[in-house]
Amino acid sequence: MNDVLMSILHATLVHTGYTLVCVAIGFVLGVSIGIGLSRLPTLSRYLLPLLSILNTVPGIVFIGLLFIYLGLTPATVIIALSIYAMFPVLKNTVTGLSGVDQQYKEAARGCGMNQLQRLWRVELPLALPSIIGGLRMSTVYTVSWAVLAAMIGLGGLGDFIYKGVSSNNNTLILQGAIPAAILALTLGALVDLLQRYVTRRTMGKGGVMK
Amino acid sequence: MLRFEHVNLSYGGQNILNDISFEIQQGQFAVFIGPSGCGKTTTLKMINRLIQPDSGHIYLDGKDISTIDRYELRRHTGYVIQQIGLFPNMTVHQNICVVPKLLKWPKDKCDQVVRELLEMVGLPYDQYAHKYPSEMSGGQQQRIGILRALAASPPVVLMDEPFSALDPMTRRSLQLEVKNLQQRLNKTIIFVTHDMEEALDLADVIIFMDHGHIVQMAPPEEMLESPATDQIREFLGKHHTGPSPAELTVDHFMRTGIVTVNQNRGINECVSRMQHYNVDTLLVVDEYRRYQGTVSIADIRLTGHVVKTIGPLVRSTTPVVHVGDNAKECFDQLISSGFPYLVVLRDDQTVAGIVTKTSMASAMAEQLWG
Repeated sequence: MNDVLMSILHATLVHTGYTLVCVAIGFVLGVSIGIGLSRLPTLSRYLLPLLSILNTVPGIVFIGLLFIYLGLTPATVIIALSIYAMFPVLKNTVTGLSGVDQQYKEAARGCGMNQLQRLWRVELPLALPSIIGGLRMSTVYTVSWAVLAAMIGLGGLGDFIYKGVSSNNNTLILQGAIPAAILALTLGALVDLLQRYVTRRTMGKGGVMK
Repeated sequence: MLRFEHVNLSYGGQNILNDISFEIQQGQFAVFIGPSGCGKTTTLKMINRLIQPDSGHIYLDGKDISTIDRYELRRHTGYVIQQIGLFPNMTVHQNICVVPKLLKWPKDKCDQVVRELLEMVGLPYDQYAHKYPSEMSGGQQQRIGILRALAASPPVVLMDEPFSALDPMTRRSLQLEVKNLQQRLNKTIIFVTHDMEEALDLADVIIFMDHGHIVQMAPPEEMLESPATDQIREFLGKHHTGPSPAELTVDHFMRTGIVTVNQNRGINECVSRMQHYNVDTLLVVDEYRRYQGTVSIADIRLTGHVVKTIGPLVRSTTPVVHVGDNAKECFDQLISSGFPYLVVLRDDQTVAGIVTKTSMASAMAEQLWG
């Protein structure tokens, strides 16, 4: 029994590791590309729909493709999941930045802030709730997508699920599914906490934005 | 202090500003006004280089602003906008300190400025400094907006319809406050509005614009007295008082449409005319309608039976004045002569009207109360 628990714990750790690394990479990529795209409105008008289409390509297909090129390495999983984790953050960064009210941009310009100062002191803080919303989505998604890592034999909670499915063992499936669900809920709750903190900082104690 | 020289701007083939030149002195409160799309906001935004002119030069303190780094320029120019634009992610304290922080002032200097400024507009530091904009009313927010513009003590402050989104009571108190601050701190303020009352109250000089031209630039009193165009007169609306009392002429005070009678007419016709118009005196004119004198019902009763026409009964004792005569002198004459009215004649001696005490009083009331 202890062995089972230990293996679940180990798998959960691996799974959390994949999730955190991929979400972190995806977040950084998403925010940076999002900022870039928000400065180039014409480009983003064509690029964003294209990215949404890419987003709908099933993760399995993508991992499979990368597997052909990179083989059986953690890099395959991490690259694939990071790119998937990037999409919600990227999209929400662009929406958040473009949603910053003109009056704040104008006031920032009038105060003599340069591009970088405007972005850093005004636009990003005001877009932050939207960006964190994207982070939450990508965290929860990545927990479930990380199950796919097991498909190419790289561990995580997916191991139990695949073994369970192939051997028709419901207990095994649940051993993978329940911790995965708990992990998703926990990480989601953590991001929610962050969101609450950020929203309060961004919109005042009242939390109401005019 | 601030000088525009032949500034032009066009956009998409349309002229936004046409050869704008003007100069505003240090410490003046200059108000731009005009119909929407006249170019007043565009002109304002050129001063802190939010908009670049196509041609022409703008000088601030004798320095061409196109040679100043635009971020530096904006940090040393206050800017207040209609939508207020306080950063919702910053407290009142942080909002006021935005520009000092960009200028890298030390922290204790920032703190001191915030305290001084809040005190100046009567918002206690302890109560307000750490509030977020969303916790304040619109009027309070715009007060902070003004303080943010003043924080780095810029010599020039630009205000783009800062009060037009506020309710009338708040607007009024903020107007007074701004005027007060401007005089106390000796700032040059460039203010854009579409509200003539606001302009008249605040301005040292009003600049009226239309279709990218400056139509008139004058102090409020001068604009009230002699608006350059009908459009400005319309904008002035109820505030327009017309010429000053000293310049009024008798024409403003006289009653027109006066009943006259030809000197060759018979007594009977004259009497029936008096009855018809319910008057006891008629003005008598000759065949060229030139004024001859007056005839009264008392004279007709007394001697009417011996004459056929009214000619012999005409008296010319009633004082006569002329169109264009000074109103006050006419008024004095009316009072001192003891006659109930004065006759006002045109240059060709025809009757223009009469001035009675009643017509005088009603015209004065109109001047006084509109």
